[in-house]
Amino acid sequence: MIIWTIIGMSIVTLVPRILPAFIVDKLEFRPWINRWLSAIPYAALGALIFPGVLYVKEDAPLVGILGGLFALLLSYLRLNIVLVVIGTIAFVYFFPS
Amino acid sequence: MLEQTIEKKVSSMMIKRGLAAGFPLVLSYVPVAIAFGVVAKQSGMTIFEISMMSVLIYAGAAQFMGVNMLNVGSGFLEIVIATFVLNFRHFIMSFSFMNRLRHIKLAEKAPLTLLLTDETFAVSAIHKEEAEKEKGILFYTALILSAYGAWIAGTIAGALLGDVIPEKLSESMGIALYAMFIGLLVPPVKKEIRIGLIALFAMVLNSIFSQIVSSGWAIVLGTVIGGASGIFLFKEEDA
Repeated sequence: MIIWTIIGMSIVTLVPRILPAFIVDKLEFRPWINRWLSAIPYAALGALIFPGVLYVKEDAPLVGILGGLFALLLSYLRLNIVLVVIGTIAFVYFFPS
Repeated sequence: MLEQTIEKKVSSMMIKRGLAAGFPLVLSYVPVAIAFGVVAKQSGMTIFEISMMSVLIYAGAAQFMGVNMLNVGSGFLEIVIATFVLNFRHFIMSFSFMNRLRHIKLAEKAPLTLLLTDETFAVSAIHKEEAEKEKGILFYTALILSAYGAWIAGTIAGALLGDVIPEKLSESMGIALYAMFIGLLVPPVKKEIRIGLIALFAMVLNSIFSQIVSSGWAIVLGTVIGGASGIFLFKEEDA
């Protein structure tokens, strides 16, 4: 029964997501732990971008690298994030392969 | 009377801003969700099973992995454990997010954590000022629910209609989520170069760890250890 596997996958995904809501309220953190937790979003972004971006197109890491650099350029030019996303899709679309 | 009107205005403004902040996420989720719906349908799953995956699990990478493993005949326990490992990173992210939303009622913020993905976390965490604002919870709720809706709608569209997006275009859309992550990271880095160091550190660690352990654990270790550099790089006022 596939649905039971889906429910199992759901439970092991949702429990770790919700647990911190209950834990964090009970704890008072030292300043250094707060600094650590504040850095987590930026560390997570780093870890999510690289090396994953290399595998955007199978066996063609260059597409991911150049696409990533193009997104970097657009965001550096302060383009709205929606335009960064659309522009980068267009860049990869028209990239000669 | 006047107070109520003001409150309503603040609420609707927060919701609008949440939807605006969530829009790039909606944009990047739809093609990925369609691709998931298509792949899952081709593997022989029913529309009900496919939509339940997106409704109940709501984690792209784990859903693709689940379909793959079901395809090759992996067992229940094997799939569930692999899912746990792959999604454990959300525990770390939720921890950071909940620390930011400390002064918001548990009943209001706990449901949001159930819908915390890499992307909803990243967008929510970058908009950290809203956590301090009145009715800020509505901002995060609107942002997170719009992304969830896009994911489910995209999944069902993919399962029902098949590949509505031409192959070359859907291939190019693989870059969308990365473009969004980069677009989220660059503005804070421009303001504060130390943020760039933290991200760079996490990239290096993730690259090293992904040679040794599964990609799920590599992201967890890269995020936790990379984030620890913030203990030294951040000052009190950043936290």
